[in-house]
Parts: sequence; structure tokens; C-alpha cells
Amino acid sequence: MSECFTVTVEESGAQFSCLDGERVLIAMEHQGLKHIPIGCRGGGCGTCRVRVTGGRYRTRKMSRAQVSEIDEQTGYALACRLIPESDLTLRLAGDGPGV
Amino acid sequence: MALTGVLRAGFVQFRVLEMDEAINHYVDHIGLDLVEKADDGRVYLSGYDEFDRHSIVLREADAPGVDFMAFKVAGDADLDAFEKRITDFGLEVDQVAADEQPGVGRRIGFVLPSGHRIELYAEMARSDNGPITENPDVWRDDPRGMRALGFDHCLFYGPNVAEVCRFFTEALDFSLTEMVETPDGPIAVWLTSSTKTHEVAFVDHPDPGKFHHVSFVLESWNDVGHAADIVSRYDISRDVGPTRHGITRGQTIYFFDPSGNRNEVFCGGYTYFPDHPTRVWTPDQLGKGIFYYEKELNDRFLGVVT
Repeated sequence: MSECFTVTVEESGAQFSCLDGERVLIAMEHQGLKHIPIGCRGGGCGTCRVRVTGGRYRTRKMSRAQVSEIDEQTGYALACRLIPESDLTLRLAGDGPGV
Repeated sequence: MALTGVLRAGFVQFRVLEMDEAINHYVDHIGLDLVEKADDGRVYLSGYDEFDRHSIVLREADAPGVDFMAFKVAGDADLDAFEKRITDFGLEVDQVAADEQPGVGRRIGFVLPSGHRIELYAEMARSDNGPITENPDVWRDDPRGMRALGFDHCLFYGPNVAEVCRFFTEALDFSLTEMVETPDGPIAVWLTSSTKTHEVAFVDHPDPGKFHHVSFVLESWNDVGHAADIVSRYDISRDVGPTRHGITRGQTIYFFDPSGNRNEVFCGGYTYFPDHPTRVWTPDQLGKGIFYYEKELNDRFLGVVT
């Protein structure tokens, strides 16, 4: 059986589970939850932009127009391309790239 | 020839994050044919019912979105005539040499007040796999996936929609088939050079150069249902539909490619002739205009772009 991690959204305190290898946004949506806004689900539009505040993770390729290199180094990610490797805590950061 | 000047939406070049995923999506699921993987990395695709060599150009990049859209004009002399009219309108025109894309003749390009690059061209090589012309069967090979006939139109988001509309109608002789009009002017316009409901459309948006969707035409409402089955079967990211637009009356489903660019496959819509009046929607009826059955606006459809 694959490992299961807990994702916590800081603003609401909401928690949901995410299987090993599963993308955070897709796991959330499959559980009928809407804590993170859902956009293209393909790393392009930036609607589900978050900042990871705790835990280990990897990401698939994300639009540089939404997550700059500095953003990426400081924990910003698109939840649709974010794959946990431990329990994660995150904050919504859908205000576009910058930093 | 009764149809002169700009003939139609010819091709669009847009960016994808991962090319192999994009090819799987556009070839296996939407049903386009792979024409060429060029040495510079660009991938050329065509629909099985298109006579010209390609209509979709994919370019791998670090951010999705549109590079440019190109319209085919009737002849080479039209490029010179339009260059003068576009320059007179006040836009700067540049030249793209023949064969910058394989099989495509010289192009002229310019940037709209909405921030989108548009090009015009007159010549493109014929498809090796296009429709049969002698005793024509309906297709050469069984259509794949969603069975898209070909590229149909794009919808772009950006500022200065009224000025863009004036440009297309005054400099390129397009007709305004349909619009959403507020007391301050149009906020969305559907423009055609042909008898289709639109070859291109623009919606007002603060950020310039945004890509709302690329659209592929299907034969029937049954095919829209079949496309929806493919969206579910292969976990394609669905946006809206199957449903129908009040605007253009097209029957439609929207979804996203693996890089987040929005796609539409659709059928139907009325036939337009240049003597027809513009259909006008008021903002209070916009829900019905966009989604005729749901009659309500959808934040994701309105706000999510690449």
C-alpha cells in the first residue's frame, strides 16, 4: 500500500490526505474540497499558487510566468504540480509571481 | 472569387511545458495528425480535414501561452495591400521570411493593441494527408480520439477590445458578428472574415497577450459527447461542458491541455454573411450568452488564461 500524507491549508486549518505520488490539487479535488482554488490543473494559469511552509515535496514543471526561480527556491509552487514527500503545510499565494 | 482578402484563421503557434505530453494530448486525444518534429524543436500538426500542411505549431518553453496567430490571405499581393492598410492604421509591420516555418511563404506580422501578435501569409504547402479530392471518401484513415476536423479559431484576452475591433473591421475587412456591449463600449467581440461565426474573438482583460482558448471543429453534437467521454476516460482536465453557447450558438466542451492552455472542441453555430447585422448581448444576459443552458457565469472560464 502506498504512503499517505496529510496536507494542511494554514488559512482554514483544513486538512486532506494525499497519496504518495499524487498531486496536491488533484487529491483535494477528488475529496470534494475547495480550499485551494482550481484552475487549469496543468501548471499554466497560476490559480492554485501556494507557498509551502513545512514539509518535503517535489514539483513537476511549472509556468515560469507564475513561479519564478526565486519563488521556487522560497517554497512557492502550483498545487496542481506539487507532490508531497512528507506531511505538508501550505498557504494560499494566488497573488501572482513576484518576490 | 467572392471571398477575398483575409480568408480564414490559418494556424496558431503556442507554447507547452512538456512536448511529449502535448503530442499525446493533441494527436492521440484530440485526433490531430503529426506533420513534423522540426530540428528547432517546434512540432507541426494538422487536422485530417485540412488541405494545408499544418494549422497548429507547438513550441516547448518555460511558460505556456500563445506566440502568435496567423490568417491566410487570398494572394501574395494582399500582403502588400494589407501592410499599407495596417501601417496606415498605426501599427508597425515586420516581415517574416518564407520557410521560417517549413512550407509557409513570407509572412507579415504586427502586434495588436491587446498585446497579441498576428501574422498574415498567402502561401502554404498542401498537406500530404489532407482531404481526398477525386471521388472523395469522407476521410483517408479512421479519425482518432475526438475526431477533430481541424483548427477553427482562437479567443484572446487583453485590453483595448474596442480598438482591436476597429482594427479588424477597418484594416482587415472583418465583420463583427456578435458582441457584448456595455454603456462604455464593447467588452467582448466575435470577428469573422468568412461565413463562420468567428475566426477570432477578444474579451476585455487587464493583462495583454493572454490566451483563452484554441478551438477545434467537430462534425456533430454526438462528437462533442464522444469528446466528453475521452476527457473523462483519460483524466483530461475539464473546464466546462458539454453545453451550448448563446453567443454563436455553438455546441461545445472546454478542457485544458497538459500545460494549462485551454482547448475547445465544438460544432454548430449559424452561418454569417456580410449583409447580416451584429448580434448584441447586454451584460445582464451574459450568463445565458456564454453558457446557454447553465445561464450563469463561471469564474474559472472567465478568469483562467495562459
